[in-house]
Amino acid sequence: MTVHMSDEADLVAAGLAQAATRYFAAPAKIEDLRRESGGASRQTWSFDALAAGQRHELILRRDPPITGTPINRERGDRERSAALDRATEFAVLRAAFRAGARAPEVLFELAPADALGEAFVMRRVGGTAIARKLLRDPPYAEARQKIAGQLGEIIARIHGVDVATLPRLDRREAADHIASLRGLLDTLNYAAPVFELALTWLDRRKPPPIARPTLVHGDYRTGNYLADESGVTAILDWEGAHLGDPVEDLGWVCVKSWRFGSIDKPAGGFGSREALWAAYERAGGAKVDPARAHWWEVFGTVRWGIICHSQAWKHLSGSLKSMEMASIGRRAVETEVDLLQLLKEAR
Amino acid sequence: MAQDRPTASELFNAIADFLREEATPALDKADPRLGFQMRVAVNSLAILEREGRLGPEADAREHVRLKHLLGRDGTLAELNSELARQLRAGERDETDGELMAHLEATTADKIAIANPKWR
Repeated sequence: MTVHMSDEADLVAAGLAQAATRYFAAPAKIEDLRRESGGASRQTWSFDALAAGQRHELILRRDPPITGTPINRERGDRERSAALDRATEFAVLRAAFRAGARAPEVLFELAPADALGEAFVMRRVGGTAIARKLLRDPPYAEARQKIAGQLGEIIARIHGVDVATLPRLDRREAADHIASLRGLLDTLNYAAPVFELALTWLDRRKPPPIARPTLVHGDYRTGNYLADESGVTAILDWEGAHLGDPVEDLGWVCVKSWRFGSIDKPAGGFGSREALWAAYERAGGAKVDPARAHWWEVFGTVRWGIICHSQAWKHLSGSLKSMEMASIGRRAVETEVDLLQLLKEAR
Repeated sequence: MAQDRPTASELFNAIADFLREEATPALDKADPRLGFQMRVAVNSLAILEREGRLGPEADAREHVRLKHLLGRDGTLAELNSELARQLRAGERDETDGELMAHLEATTADKIAIANPKWR
């Protein structure tokens, strides 16, 4: 069933007006509604709500109700499987915001009667997520000096969130991650010697399960936060949040693919690993073991490489027709180059 | 039978220049999302051009190395599956010099096609 964009916008505006009227306890008017991004099954909309003489700049996160044929339903489910549902994401964001972790401030969830599917509303935050701009454009020159330190500080706050304030989350140790990537390669039926070499290398050296797992963001990297001239304004993309080893996030943010060409600055393209770790420790993070961080950086590199193949598979399997997704398959080899280099340095 | 000029590479370059210099700026004005998609498409076309030029010999080299490394015959796909199996089982690892030389060479050939600027 195809829904026309304008019809869909009308539907979203109506649901939002109803929910915002409830939340603000005053008749709410919805203005400047526009679709920001996202696939068919996960949407982000930007809008303003006018209520009681005040303008609120807001964002809607939404999974539309799954409609159509059983096969489409199954595809939608598969795309959503490993990621948090909206209600859990709402609860994680609320806990992180209250802990001062620079998450966007979530305001309210939508009700089934609003007819928008699983959805919630949060405050809009200024800034851009576009790495190329942050890394090269003149307005961000000052921010570039600060971002590595800010990334260390913010991730320490995220790891400091009291797990008792969180909803139920998967616990994922190093061994679980390795098994899941091998499973993904099997599902894709893809013979990948360099990834298999790296996964065996990782398996033989994996850190032991940690006594006290913390909140792990799961996709903490350049491209997944907003920043303005003053630096980082909000951390986005929390669907991969889980409980586990905090060093996982510190390794992922240093993966070479997230430096977007600024390869001599491992911390997201903005600074050294040491600057990241120092800021992390100053902000209350546990002392970083460089060998453990290296392990997670190698892991993150394999992870991104295999994700490239799974993105391409969305197109190749026919579940999502996308030239862009198909093209990502040819980016996997970038991580193979990086992995061979990382393993050589480790020897 | 030889094709007429332009050669495949010449024709590719003519198309890519048109898409980059004329089509992409027009798309950027109409819809930046489409402009971005066009950049991705032009980049992927360049991969195909390099693959047409460099791919067959790279595949042949990989095949020869794999047969020697594994000491058996088979298609490229079969041999890569067997190598992947051995690596997952830990029957070979990064201490194997011939293995590492093979992986380095294969990866170098692949990146020269997929993204020669990657470093």
